[in-house]
Amino acid sequence: MFTAALFAVAVAMILCLLRMLLGPTVYDRILALNSFGTKTVLTIAIAGFLMGRPDFLDIALVYALINFIGTIAILKFFEYGTLGDESLEESE
Amino acid sequence: MLLAFLVVIAFAVIHLRDLVAIIMLAGLYSLVTAIIFVVMDAVDVAFTEAAVGAGISTVLMLATLSLTGRLRREPRRPRALIPIIVVILTGVTLIYGTFDMPHYGDPDAPVQQHVAPRYINDSPNEVGVPNMVTSVLASYRGFDTLGEVAVIFTAGIAVMVLLMNRRRRSPDEDKEQS
Repeated sequence: MFTAALFAVAVAMILCLLRMLLGPTVYDRILALNSFGTKTVLTIAIAGFLMGRPDFLDIALVYALINFIGTIAILKFFEYGTLGDESLEESE
Repeated sequence: MLLAFLVVIAFAVIHLRDLVAIIMLAGLYSLVTAIIFVVMDAVDVAFTEAAVGAGISTVLMLATLSLTGRLRREPRRPRALIPIIVVILTGVTLIYGTFDMPHYGDPDAPVQQHVAPRYINDSPNEVGVPNMVTSVLASYRGFDTLGEVAVIFTAGIAVMVLLMNRRRRSPDEDKEQS
């Protein structure tokens, strides 16, 4: 059953990757990136149970946090055009 | 399967022109690499790869982009024949070199014979840290790790000095300081 779940997640990853490559707008790509990160978390969790080591769940949690930070950074970049360093922006 | 992902992402990075998309794809590349590390049971390496590759370097690259432009110029097309030949030759040589290497996870490999048994057997008594990797990094190779920390610290200071110089040159801040 875990194998089937892993396969399903892999298919979803391929779909996300396609959207990432084709994505006409940047927002499609951001969404694809975010959901690909989520699929990564799922993959690690499922692989942990498949290999009989449920403590991989902690690692999956850390991945979720990292994914969140990356998405926030990209979105902030598109909202403000910078990452919050106003003095540099004014000097130009 | 995962390696196929890597190949697809790498070609996309070469092909695309939008630098933001390239940065996102590079983050994706690190995530897939980290999954491969987890599958190969090197969890701590995967941790580092995900934190540095997918997390911090994405943010740093975006910060760079906010200082420069977003689209990359179309590169000139130089004669690519000789570089391709060199690359293919190097690749073939490297692949030929891997034939002599022991198989992955082979217990008779030199890696498993040299100092690893001592670490595995004696490190709980000698160091007392439950995690073997930590005891190797922090105790057996303590000076090595200290040097690495010094290098990283120096690099961080250098980058900070560069950025502060750039900030000080803006005209209105010059008046405040003088």
